[in-house]
Amino acid sequence: MAILDILKYPDEALKQVSEPVELFDDQLQNFLVDLEETMWAGPGGVGIAAPQVGCFKRIAIVDVSSKPKIKHNGCMILINPEIKTWEGMKIGREGCMSVPDYTGNVIRAEKITLQACNAQGELIDYECTGYEARAVQHELDHLDGLLFLDRLVSRRTDLFKRKVYKK
Amino acid sequence: MNNWKMLTLVGQDQPGIVARITTALYEAGAQLGEASMMRLGGNFTIMLMVKSEQSIEELTQCLTPVVQDMNLTISFQSIEASLHQHEIPDSIITVYGADRSGIVAKTTTALLEAGYNITDLDSDVAGSEAEPIYIIQIEGIATQGMAAVEKAVEQIKADGVNVDLAPLDVMIG
Repeated sequence: MAILDILKYPDEALKQVSEPVELFDDQLQNFLVDLEETMWAGPGGVGIAAPQVGCFKRIAIVDVSSKPKIKHNGCMILINPEIKTWEGMKIGREGCMSVPDYTGNVIRAEKITLQACNAQGELIDYECTGYEARAVQHELDHLDGLLFLDRLVSRRTDLFKRKVYKK
Repeated sequence: MNNWKMLTLVGQDQPGIVARITTALYEAGAQLGEASMMRLGGNFTIMLMVKSEQSIEELTQCLTPVVQDMNLTISFQSIEASLHQHEIPDSIITVYGADRSGIVAKTTTALLEAGYNITDLDSDVAGSEAEPIYIIQIEGIATQGMAAVEKAVEQIKADGVNVDLAPLDVMIG
């Protein structure tokens, strides 16, 4: 077990597209343990993607179960994940272990369904809403070389709009 | 001495203020930090952190051609400052209602008494000239807990304005 080093932007490696996982071997299992440990070591981290630790494979972990009063799927090991459906849009504030000392507003789908392999390579279907859906979309973006900085929206205008729509 | 200065600037909004001011500072060898720039009532305003070994007089002189040409008002002041000190707000408060005197004063006083530390505040007068509405968006940190802020919100509401307090749960991934 080890806490891995987090790549930080402006490291250009974070902008590359990661490759699918083909072998569900011991090496992968060991990596998943380290990746999860690294996620927990981050301040408030609820998700992590393999490229953040310099492994350019389509692997992410999301676990929002530590947040009170929200719907969640527990600890999700997402290998070769694919979002199947998107529904609704919501603005929320995001930060990233790879972009320290900055948070910004990002629009994400409120509800998604996705398919991903677990650690054993079995295909699993998930449905995620709200905060968990946001975390999944944030992590899956990393697999395509996208940071939340690529999706920032205005702090000023959109906050008020959201309140109007809510009524 | 940490060499940070705060530049404040105001002038009638016109194209080129930001480009010309920042170019003059760049050419003077100054480093820029965090900034807030926006249009307020037809004026363009800048609050900009500037780091430079030059004196305030020297920096002011660098900007004089642009300032005179564009009819701007500027001032530099030395500040104790450093970067990478962002505080993450834990809530957003939106207040709106028919415009009348005292909304901002009453709202922020109630929040102060509840231990609410404002990190960011935007306010606007919207609606029509005949029936203006006042809108305030506040981000901040509830240093004495959210329950105290909720109580303050009820107090502000009793004054006849709409108030919405929403927790801001920053997703760190």
